[in-house]
Amino acid sequence: MSDNQLRIVWIYPDLLSTYGDQGNALVVERRARQRGLDVARLDVRSDQAIPTSGDIYLIGGGEDRPQRLAAERLRRDGGLHRAVENGAIVFSVCAGYQILGHEFINDLGQREPGLGLLDVVSTRGEGDRCVGDVLGDIDPRLGLPPLTGFENHQGVTQIGPHARPLAQVRFGNGNGTGDGTEGAYNDTVFGTYMHGPVLARNPQIADLLLKLALDVNALPPTDDRWYEALRNERIAAAQQPA
Amino acid sequence: MAGNSDPLTPRAKIAVTAGKAVARASRAAGRGSGSVIGGRVALKLDPDLLHRLAGHLDVTLVSATNGKTTTTRLIAEALKAAGPVVSNALGANMPAGITSALASGSEARYGVLEVDEKYLVGVAQATDPKCIALLNLSRDQLDRAAETRMLAENWREGLAGSKAVIVANADDPLVVWAASSSPNVIWVAAGQMWKDDAWSCPSCGGVMQRPGDDWFCGECGFRRPTPSWALSGDHVLDPHGSAWPIHLQLPGRANKANAASSAAVAAVFGVPPQVALERMYQVQAVAGRYDVVQFQGRDLRLLLAKNPAGWLETFSLIDPPPAPVILSVNARGADGTDTSWLWDVDYTRLTGHPICVVGDRKLDLAVRLEVANQQFQVCEDLDQAVQLCPPGRIEVIANYTAFQDLRRRVGN
Repeated sequence: MSDNQLRIVWIYPDLLSTYGDQGNALVVERRARQRGLDVARLDVRSDQAIPTSGDIYLIGGGEDRPQRLAAERLRRDGGLHRAVENGAIVFSVCAGYQILGHEFINDLGQREPGLGLLDVVSTRGEGDRCVGDVLGDIDPRLGLPPLTGFENHQGVTQIGPHARPLAQVRFGNGNGTGDGTEGAYNDTVFGTYMHGPVLARNPQIADLLLKLALDVNALPPTDDRWYEALRNERIAAAQQPA
Repeated sequence: MAGNSDPLTPRAKIAVTAGKAVARASRAAGRGSGSVIGGRVALKLDPDLLHRLAGHLDVTLVSATNGKTTTTRLIAEALKAAGPVVSNALGANMPAGITSALASGSEARYGVLEVDEKYLVGVAQATDPKCIALLNLSRDQLDRAAETRMLAENWREGLAGSKAVIVANADDPLVVWAASSSPNVIWVAAGQMWKDDAWSCPSCGGVMQRPGDDWFCGECGFRRPTPSWALSGDHVLDPHGSAWPIHLQLPGRANKANAASSAAVAAVFGVPPQVALERMYQVQAVAGRYDVVQFQGRDLRLLLAKNPAGWLETFSLIDPPPAPVILSVNARGADGTDTSWLWDVDYTRLTGHPICVVGDRKLDLAVRLEVANQQFQVCEDLDQAVQLCPPGRIEVIANYTAFQDLRRRVGN
């Protein structure tokens, strides 16, 4: 973080903001301000350059054609690579998660190169779309409470040796690989299929992103009673048969 | 066309009679109006029934993400100036409900039919409409509906070469994309507050430029067509440039836009705008929407808003602060089971309003409002929320099944 201002970059709202995932930016921003931080939120449209000096970059889910357009423009732009080299934190959802990997299947049914910032490869599942509430256990290394979210995708994402699963699902599909993994992460880049938005359902993940960006081990507490109430309700709901 | 006194085949007559009997039985059993189940039975007995029933009518179809039911009512009211009208006025907008509505109006000359977006192309093929009104397209129930642009493409392909006059909103790029494959389009500048589903050119994927009220794609040249009708403040401008005042009992900018589109449709059938707009004043509440009801000694205005575009228009019409607001959200099948869309609604617009939240998903609303830095109270039910509201008329905003729950509770 430079000059005491936390810079949150919301990537391509014109293409990848279809499933309420801008809520992730709102939650990170709110929780940073509650800790007394000076926050700048930059919304970057796909005809603008990605700034390389951001602290936290957020990418959301989108429809199939916008996903291809976003991948093309992000590859051409190159800014996100430089931001990651500078130590930025990236958190991505669904279509955005696939874009951060090595490749995915685009709207034309072809293999589309991603950004290669996360060691995953996505294909398209044969079966029904995965739709519904999800409950999972986050990788114990991260020391976080259970993951709750809402999935709505047809992707199948395989994790390579340079990334780890973000969570193991108890209910729901996650990465769609059949082994119960959900999402993926490395030191600074995170991906998940969870909407909800996921950071509204899991504010401790938002705090993890803040801690990584600020390079601190702890943050002042916040009043999270409504988050907790929502989490309890959704965790119970995920365990009910549909 | 009108004039044929007995266009139905014996099979169709049996289907209509059977459908009505099932609908009566369903009503008697307390299962709603029975129009959908009745229509389903009738269509099963005669799959061509919709085509046959529409055959002797001048049909107008109305489709959109928001405003279908109200606009259908406004058009129906306007066309009554020209002759008897049959309409699915209560919003049963899939083929079964439409069939049922048509079966109930054998004396009518005009059919004014609200059609669910996903069924528009099929219903247009079955009913051979004279006119199709396309109002807007935006994200809605993404966990079960088609993607918004795919829907526009479905309309575009299905309506290409249609003989109908298409009355379409020039201010919605997705609607323009959908309508512009048709040879006969009347463009209405009806406005649209929600813009977040059309930043990407539906034609080439380029980034849309939106200076002021105009819009165009910088890459392929796809651009806003020149409208012949327009909503201008409280007036409708007709193609001759005459301004006609809009007097509605229904509130809000979106309903003025609906009235402008309705006036353009009425003109297709020879009803002049001043006559059409005068008749639209009759429309008070539509299936309970906008109704002001008394409940526990308080005035409640019931407002339906199902998706981000609808909530945006609704926030623009409520009484200013400190008018109390009750929000209710469910996520049952008919609502879409994903509540993520709440995060595309800008709740900072409610700053200054006392807010109570109810409904199955009140906790999603609570977190949403907390992050928007709003003051709010989470209530068990409507009764408790009304008791907690400070004085003044209460604006109650709810999504689909939450709205139905509210109507039941207040006896509306």
